[in-house]
Amino acid sequence: MSNSMQHAEHSVAHDDHDHSAEEVRKHVNRYLLIGLALMIGTGLTVWAAFIDFGKFLPGGESVNWNVIVALIIACAKGFLVVGFFMHLISEKKMIYSVLAFTVFFFAALMYLTIWSMEHSNIVHLQQ
Amino acid sequence: MEIPYAVKPRPDTGLYNAKVGIWLFLASEVMLFGALFSSYILLRVGAPAGTWPHHWLNVILGMINTIVLIASSVTVVLSWASLKMGQFGRYRVFQAITLLCALTFMLIKSFEYRDKFNHYEFQLKDGSVVDGHVDWEKTTAKVPKWIPFKLSGEGKIVVEHANVISKYPTTAENHAQLMEGPAPLSKEAKEAEERPEKEIEVSQVKAFSNYGPWHNTYTAIYFTLTGLHALHVVGGAIVIFMIWGPLAGVYRKDPVRYTNRVEVSGLFWHLVDLVWIFLFPVLYLL
Repeated sequence: MSNSMQHAEHSVAHDDHDHSAEEVRKHVNRYLLIGLALMIGTGLTVWAAFIDFGKFLPGGESVNWNVIVALIIACAKGFLVVGFFMHLISEKKMIYSVLAFTVFFFAALMYLTIWSMEHSNIVHLQQ
Repeated sequence: MEIPYAVKPRPDTGLYNAKVGIWLFLASEVMLFGALFSSYILLRVGAPAGTWPHHWLNVILGMINTIVLIASSVTVVLSWASLKMGQFGRYRVFQAITLLCALTFMLIKSFEYRDKFNHYEFQLKDGSVVDGHVDWEKTTAKVPKWIPFKLSGEGKIVVEHANVISKYPTTAENHAQLMEGPAPLSKEAKEAEERPEKEIEVSQVKAFSNYGPWHNTYTAIYFTLTGLHALHVVGGAIVIFMIWGPLAGVYRKDPVRYTNRVEVSGLFWHLVDLVWIFLFPVLYLL
């Protein structure tokens, strides 16, 4: 057996250990707690939407703090779903390699969106 | 021919093939929704000041749907955990709850859609605008719910809790007044109730449409984003149901393969939840 095969079989055994019945049993409470955290996060999102953060955070009206706060909460909730429900915090290297491309292209897409907004020549008619 | 690595992990990736497959698919899904989010940002930022609608959607219903989807994500992961622990009965109970959550989500969503399709804006020939929900029992004119929006013949249209604007909005201020809308589902419900109903003759109407995807850029992107998401909910629920019911016999023959199927369908379901976590604040709150 080649070295790479030996290594692969070791990692498979490791994976089996990670998702063994005993290990999964330990994680059940964690899943419930994360579900609770996500629901609290939802309440927090709604609460934050009705507060004008521009009044007491730096930048005032020029920075849309409500959008920033809402996106921070959504990202935190998204991390809990992806990290724990989808087990991404303990996934194989192969998946990380695939997702690295997704992260890069998604970030590029959002960067281009924001960049095009700042360099837009659209002038709205002042009626 | 047997498909290799359907159950056992492939030595070089350390994963069974379906898991690599679903992650590649999810990566493409992220880009699909990413492109639509990008469209949303550009439409919103490109809208003239004061014309982007706020509070057109019912926050309470949106919040309930968010909680329903989160609950379904918990039951999906618990169902997979139950199979890992060899508890098939518990798995079935958890996935039954998941399916009920999917049904609840779709019921609430269809209620919200129906509300938008019954909500009309009538531009009258005298330059005024009447905005509100059509009372179908009192209305005698044939009012279409779908494009093309054309009226023929005679009759009257009765609009409940009408928001009447004397001049068609050509200024941001007038537009803002129209943007409020009556929307009895929203937090302005109480205010809307104080508005009287309004009768319009067919001959008075110059142009009109309901609040379907064709109404403005907000409803266009709202229906596109939530419609595509709803299709994912339906698709995911069908797959989960098939594995849960008609294909349950696979568990007896090959429990590892069955558990893998549940894991893969669960990964898809979590993505559906993830997309909604971003859709909810973006469409309902901001």
